[in-house]
Amino acid sequence: MSEIRQEPLAETMQPGGFRRPRFGGIGWFIVKRILLGLLTLFVISLIVFGATQALPGDTAQAILGREATPERLEVVREQLNLNRPVTEQYTEWLTGVLTGDLGVSLANGQPVSTFLSDRVVNSAFLVLIAALVSIPLSLLIGSLSAMKRDRPFDTITSVVTLALAALPEFVIGVALIVLFGTTVFQILPAVSLVGADTPVWEEFTVVILPALTLILAVTPYISRIMRASMIEVLESDYVEMARLKGLRERIVIVRHALPNAVIPAIQVTALQLAYLAGGIVVVEFLFSFPGIGGALVDAVRTRDLPIIQSLTMLIAAVYVGLNLLADIATILISPKLRTALS
Amino acid sequence: MSERLIAAPTALAPAVGRSRSPLVGTMRRALGFGRTKVGLGLVFALVLLALVGPFLAPHSTTEFVGSPYETPSGEALVGTDNLGRDVLSRFLAGGRSILALSVIATLLALVVGVAIGLFAAYARDWRDDVAMRALDVVLAFPSIVLVLLLVSVVGPELWLLVLAVAASHAPRIARLVRGAALEVVDRDFVKAAEVLGEPRRKILFGEILPNITSPLMVEASLRLTYSIGLIAAISFLGFGLQPPAADWGLMINENRIGLTVQPWAVVLPVAAIGLLTIGTNLVADGLARALIGIDRGTAR
Repeated sequence: MSEIRQEPLAETMQPGGFRRPRFGGIGWFIVKRILLGLLTLFVISLIVFGATQALPGDTAQAILGREATPERLEVVREQLNLNRPVTEQYTEWLTGVLTGDLGVSLANGQPVSTFLSDRVVNSAFLVLIAALVSIPLSLLIGSLSAMKRDRPFDTITSVVTLALAALPEFVIGVALIVLFGTTVFQILPAVSLVGADTPVWEEFTVVILPALTLILAVTPYISRIMRASMIEVLESDYVEMARLKGLRERIVIVRHALPNAVIPAIQVTALQLAYLAGGIVVVEFLFSFPGIGGALVDAVRTRDLPIIQSLTMLIAAVYVGLNLLADIATILISPKLRTALS
Repeated sequence: MSERLIAAPTALAPAVGRSRSPLVGTMRRALGFGRTKVGLGLVFALVLLALVGPFLAPHSTTEFVGSPYETPSGEALVGTDNLGRDVLSRFLAGGRSILALSVIATLLALVVGVAIGLFAAYARDWRDDVAMRALDVVLAFPSIVLVLLLVSVVGPELWLLVLAVAASHAPRIARLVRGAALEVVDRDFVKAAEVLGEPRRKILFGEILPNITSPLMVEASLRLTYSIGLIAAISFLGFGLQPPAADWGLMINENRIGLTVQPWAVVLPVAAIGLLTIGTNLVADGLARALIGIDRGTAR
């Protein structure tokens, strides 16, 4: 499902769409790009705060429901600074976010940072495993399909990736559970029964199915863009030139074609990794994986505002950061853009 | 300026005199691909199932026909669910809500996205920049996180669900529309309409929009695919339709604990959602291929 996925390449990647900075230079471009990222994060913080805490009406009442006692309402108002003007609430909250003081969970009374720290590590591990497998795999599949264009391998991968790309990740996840966890084979745990305080790599079997679900959800997108990009490069003049020079095909592919074909894939990969940050919500819930995705679902159910605010900010920040890195990496790697700038 | 005025009528002529719109051409070409036919077949079958299904249900969706998680029997053809209700009846009745919600959300996203995209492309000044940066901010939230953020305070209301899904898709549609419209805004027939003093609304929706319907069609079918997945995912998480409603996403949520003893209650809705999204994506891919065909045709 999703999202970010079918995005056309970012503006910087489209021919002619690249905006020359007025003062030139790669350094200035990077500085500008970082400032823009920070501005985006600031606006995001306004949205997150506005959507959760600054809505008209009694926020404490909305969180606790109609049967809440006046004492309990007062405690929540105190915790969230609801008795103060909205602007003060916001600055207080933002200062907390910036200094790592994320407030106290309304549901269990733990400091949010303590509650989330193990879960962040677990989710990061899950995403890392998924990325480490899916990125090389999809670059390989994409390049191979391009080299065997319109042959059986290409046709089959095209159909399979198209179908996988369409499926919401919980459909993929349930299929994997039925296949490996419950009905067909019973070789892998269908749900993780480990607490958040156990690092998941110590119980590696619980990571396999969630990671596999994410891999199957992401690989189609990267491999399809890699295939398109590789086809374009293989038809280019410089690859033709390298072949005419008498270079062996292996060297033509590895030295000349691959490095250029990878460039557009960087942007898509960054988008896909950012997408994983959202994809883990459904996948972790499905597998009861002890990470931030499952925690977000629980927090939304119990209206645990401090946790919702922290996690949405975190996920958005990951997205902004990854896009920033992808833009900078693209500039540094691609000779054309580099010379256009300096 | 005067040259353009003279040139205008001839430039307008092919657009007016063309018997087939580019959209019809794209759709015809798309129908030539096997994948489009398979996709349309899947979509047609599942829409039919969702629409007619409720009338074929042997039991009421809330009637208890046995004990929880019974395996298939004469009374319940594919078994019972977590509360002992008939899985087949709930499956047959559970497609409507997902279809209706995702179609409405996609249409809403299209209206908003097209309006913003056309406006930005036509303005091409600071308003364009501001609009695009604002969309970037919304895009920083993965769709599901945006929906959860909006649902978290107001609660699982269906209108909010539709709005939230539309809000997460509109920026992506707006970007695409802006990109496609930028190639059109400089054409002579737009200039001619400007010279004739047509209001901006008419230029945007009467002159520019008809020329970008093909890429918009591809985008719409893609967005529909993602809307279906997103709506189903939200229901699966428990923030969509609420019990005792019969809904494919909610069915998966309710019955996943019994997966080992009674897989049907989960497998049927999962398969239906999967086949539906594969169908819409195949159609989207067929349309996209037909569209690229035009570009290749002119380029080579």
